[in-house]
Amino acid sequence: MKITEKFEQGEFVVTAEVGPPKGCHIENLLEEAKTYLSDITAVNVTDNQSSVMRLGSLATCKALKDEGLTPIYQITCRDRNRIALQSDLLSAAMFGIENLLLLTGDHTKLGDHPQAKPVFDLDSVSLIHTVKQLEAGVDLGGNALVGEPPKFAKGAVVSPCSDSVDAQLAKMERKVRAGADYFQTQAVYEPEKFIRFMEKASQFGKPVQLGIVIPKSAGMAKYMNDNVAGIHVPQEMLDELRADKEKTKAGITGVEIAARIIKECKPYCQGVHIMALGWESKIPALLQQAGLR
Amino acid sequence: MLITQLKSKDTILSLTDGKKVFIINCFGCREVYFPLEEAAELQSEMNESGMVTGILTTDYICNPENLELQLERRQSEIDAADVVLVFSCGVGVQTVAARLEEKTVCACCDTCRLPGFQGVTPLEYDCGQCGECYLNLTGGICPITACSKSLVNGQCGGAKNGKCEVDPNMECGWERIYRRLEKIGRLDAMKCPVQIRNFATDKEV
Repeated sequence: MKITEKFEQGEFVVTAEVGPPKGCHIENLLEEAKTYLSDITAVNVTDNQSSVMRLGSLATCKALKDEGLTPIYQITCRDRNRIALQSDLLSAAMFGIENLLLLTGDHTKLGDHPQAKPVFDLDSVSLIHTVKQLEAGVDLGGNALVGEPPKFAKGAVVSPCSDSVDAQLAKMERKVRAGADYFQTQAVYEPEKFIRFMEKASQFGKPVQLGIVIPKSAGMAKYMNDNVAGIHVPQEMLDELRADKEKTKAGITGVEIAARIIKECKPYCQGVHIMALGWESKIPALLQQAGLR
Repeated sequence: MLITQLKSKDTILSLTDGKKVFIINCFGCREVYFPLEEAAELQSEMNESGMVTGILTTDYICNPENLELQLERRQSEIDAADVVLVFSCGVGVQTVAARLEEKTVCACCDTCRLPGFQGVTPLEYDCGQCGECYLNLTGGICPITACSKSLVNGQCGGAKNGKCEVDPNMECGWERIYRRLEKIGRLDAMKCPVQIRNFATDKEV
C-alpha cells in the first residue's frame, strides 16, 4: 500500500520510525513493531542513521513487510553511488516495497566510521529525480528497464524550524519539482514556527507530516538544542521537563508535550511522523492523548 | 588560471541575455592553458553588437589586492554593465564575485582537473576543477568546495546556526549561496533544473 493513497483519502496519516540494530538479529525490533506500531499507516526504517553502521534498511523493510506492516524505505546518498542506489531501488520494488523516503544523508564524519569515503554522487533532489526516471522505465544512464517499471510513493524531508527557513523552502520547492509526493519534517517543538512554515509550504500542494521526537529528558532536549540542526526546544519545555524528574523519566511529561504539539499543529498538516528513538512503547499513549485514537 | 575550456557559445549568450556586459580576461598561468583564440573571437562578436561596456585583460585576478587595483580603475565601465563575464578558472570567478558582491558575475569557462597544480589559489576561493563550472547557478560561490558534501541542488538539513554539520568553524556553503543569490536578485537560479554531476569530465594531464 502506498502512503500517498491514504493522503488522497483525506486520512491524517500516522507513521513512526524504527532504527535497525547493530547486528544481524531483528527479533526484538519486529516484536516491538508488531506490538506498538501495527495500527499505524506505515513504519520508516532508517538507513545507517547518523552515519552509524547498522543492519540494512532494505532488509529490515522486507522483514517488516513479511510481518504485515507497511515499511517506508529510507535511502540516503552517503554510502552508494548512482549505480548502487538504482539497483537497491529496483530490489525494493521486487520485494513489493512501495514507499520511499529519499535523503541526502548525514556526513560520514558524524558517525562511527569517520574515515569512510562520503559518496554523495547524488543528493536528495537528484535521487528523487532518479526514482522518477526509473518510474518512467529509464535509468539515469538513459537505458530502458526491462518489463513494467516500478512505482513508488516518493517521500522527502524538510526542516520547518530551521534558522534558514527560506532556503529550506527553496530546497523543498526543488524537491517538489523533481517529483516528491509527500514530506516528513524534522522534529517540531515550536508550533507557531511550524504553522508559519505551513502557510508558505501549502502552496506546493503536497502533504506534509509533522515530525515529532518525544523529549525524554531536559538533558536530551538541551543536547538537541546545542547539536541537532533545525531543532529548538523552548525554555518553557525545558523547565517542564525539569519540574518533576520522576514523571519525566516515566515518559509522561514527554508524551504530554508531544501530544500538545500534535494537537496544535494538526489543523495545518496532513499527518504526523513520530521518531520515538527507542520509546516506541510510548506511541500508543501519545496517539491517544493527541486524539488520534 | 588553470586549464580552462570555453563554455558553449549558447551558454555564454544565455547568461548575458541581451544585457550590458563587462568582460574580464585572466592571463595569469596562461602557460598552463587558456582558450585564447575562441575567447577573443566570441568577445569581438559581442563587442560589435554594442553590448560590451569594457574589457579588462589582466593576470592573477585570484590575488584580491591586485584585482582591487584593476577594478578600481574600471569602476565606471563596471557600473554601466548588468553582468560581469569572467574568462578564467573558478578561483578567478569567485574572487571577482566576492569583490563585486552586488553584481551578477558569470563564469564563461569550465576548469578542468590538473593534478598537482593549484596556481596561487587562495583557500577561500578554492576551485574543485570539476570540469563543469557551477558558479553561474550559485552566485559565484563554488558548491563543490564550499559545501562539505559538494551538493549541487541546494543545502542539506545539517547546518546549525549557519554552520556546517562537519565543521562548526565552517559556514554552510549553501546558506552563503542563498544569501548571495538573494542579494543579486537571482533567487530564480534556485529553480534551475535538477543538477547531476558528471564525473566523466575529468581530463587528466
